[in-house]
Amino acid sequence: MINFLIEFPALPREFLRDLKKTIDNGFKEFSRSYGDTIESFFYPLLKILVFVENLLLITPWPIFIGVIALLGYWATRSYKLVIGVIAALFCVGLFGMWENTMETTAIILISTLVSILIGIPLGILMSKSDRTQSIITPVLDFMQTLPPFVYLIPVVMLLGIGKVPGLIAVVIYAVPPVVRLTNLGIREVDSEIIEAAESFGATPRQKLYKVQIPLAMPTIFAGINQTIMMALAMVIIASMIGVKGLGLEVLRSITNQYLAIGLLNGIAIVVIAIIFDRISQAYGKRVQQHRQGGHH
Amino acid sequence: MDKIKIKIENLYKIFGRNSKNSIPLVEDGMTKDELLEKKGHVLGLNNINMNIEESIVYVVMGLSGSGKSTLIRHINRLIDPTAGKILVDEQDITQLNPQELNEFRKNKTGMVFQRFGLLPHYNILDNVTFGLDIKKIEKTISQQKALEWIKKVGLDGYEKRFPQELSGGMQQRVGLARALTNDPEILLMDEAFSALDPLIRKDMQDILIDLQQDLKKTIVFITHDLDEALKLGDKIAILKDGVLDQEGTAIDILLDPKTDYVRRFVEDVNRSRVIKAKNIMEEQSLINPELLNGQKLQVEENLVIERFIDKVISQKPSLIEVLKHGKPVGFITPDRLSSILIK
Repeated sequence: MINFLIEFPALPREFLRDLKKTIDNGFKEFSRSYGDTIESFFYPLLKILVFVENLLLITPWPIFIGVIALLGYWATRSYKLVIGVIAALFCVGLFGMWENTMETTAIILISTLVSILIGIPLGILMSKSDRTQSIITPVLDFMQTLPPFVYLIPVVMLLGIGKVPGLIAVVIYAVPPVVRLTNLGIREVDSEIIEAAESFGATPRQKLYKVQIPLAMPTIFAGINQTIMMALAMVIIASMIGVKGLGLEVLRSITNQYLAIGLLNGIAIVVIAIIFDRISQAYGKRVQQHRQGGHH
Repeated sequence: MDKIKIKIENLYKIFGRNSKNSIPLVEDGMTKDELLEKKGHVLGLNNINMNIEESIVYVVMGLSGSGKSTLIRHINRLIDPTAGKILVDEQDITQLNPQELNEFRKNKTGMVFQRFGLLPHYNILDNVTFGLDIKKIEKTISQQKALEWIKKVGLDGYEKRFPQELSGGMQQRVGLARALTNDPEILLMDEAFSALDPLIRKDMQDILIDLQQDLKKTIVFITHDLDEALKLGDKIAILKDGVLDQEGTAIDILLDPKTDYVRRFVEDVNRSRVIKAKNIMEEQSLINPELLNGQKLQVEENLVIERFIDKVISQKPSLIEVLKHGKPVGFITPDRLSSILIK
């Protein structure tokens, strides 16, 4: 009796072993039969990723810095930010991390793009009905709380080690905010404005494109911003399954106890994060400029 | 009798799940409170019947929670009824499918909202062309029409501004111009002037009265303000707890309130400011012939009592003669005048 209370009455060991075996074998079977199909499905994604990587690598560094500085100026109209961006990128190059930074930038760009392409339509779908929302919300919760290491396993089993599985892992981790905030942004649009659009006979599509999406834009941009930040965090973990770049250096310095390398690469990631964050946030604010000003 | 533009028949709206099941209960006389307690359903509109004639301003008045905003949203089906019919030009719009409904909204109705409902990301011109854009009318045509209306509501020069840059009164002019640019037969105005300051509200009421002189649209106007109802309404319906309490002209409501609720409403109204000479004049045959020979005061038929009462007091005429275009059309005896004012 005492034993029963001290030791948890777990299922029999044999049963658990068989259960795990069945699941593992089942998934292995699945990846053996469909792995190639799935891989070829993602092949175009690999091509794009490699293309962007190469593009960033062959672009002369002054041009890259110049383009980012221009983007920064266009989004923020702040010279302070532009100077900061130039200085930070220059330092990154100076400390020999230029190539790794480009690789990381490439994967962040592509994974953000993929997240937006998946996330915004999903968010729109979610905003259309409470039922869809009640199905998708727990899935997003699950995706965001499941330790990322855990879903690396099936991705690796299915696609092996490499850029694409890494990209998929990053997208899975980074997509929830843009979905959530697209949904929220659309649901938050003033009901009287929606009624006004309907009262003129707007179709659901006209309502979406002329009213809901434009008015949800600031919120959607907040989501994109968060997605970029999540992608940056995940890029380190994804280096465990073959994503190169700054993350891999960090991973190496953990295993080898290289403090300086770890710190430098970590700081380079922070630099990218800040640049992406400031530019996307400033752009988000720009979108809602019509809301400012005005007297009553 | 003028043509009926909008006919509402036995309209019920009950909010809640499976609310159709509650219709028989309400028909059997269950009250709003009982329904909420027993079924969790909210009774919005209870057996509404209305005939709204073409080209009149039909005001629906009631306090908050009376169901007036719910009612107006049935006319373009922003809200679907639980039971009943809504006939516009003898067509039952409750039977329209989504495409037909959109066509109906594009061509027959325009709506003005309490908080304006303007699109903050569009400038004034694009806001006003919105209805025509939805109809996929060519830009050059829609902008030309929009500019005409922007001018008519007194906003020329503001085309490129954004709604937030305008005051409330100006924003509502945009709302009005936007609805009218579509040239709808029916104009639905949901507490359109309630959010405005009193002076601006008066301006907007005058603009609406002016425009309506030429437009002759069928206007359904919702308000909680009795003075506004009396000023604008050719006909007034008073709604209470989703029930139509009384319907009639301003004078009917003022002089002959049918329920306590309406009576309490009209108690404080300054009648001399609302009632016009023509509203209370009588035919010659009803007048004591002796009075006809005495001293007469001549007043124009559209003058409100307030504007000629001082002359009645100072001149003490034996009879007031009401003129239309300079010709007598009726008479008011001083006794009748005082009984109307004192009652």
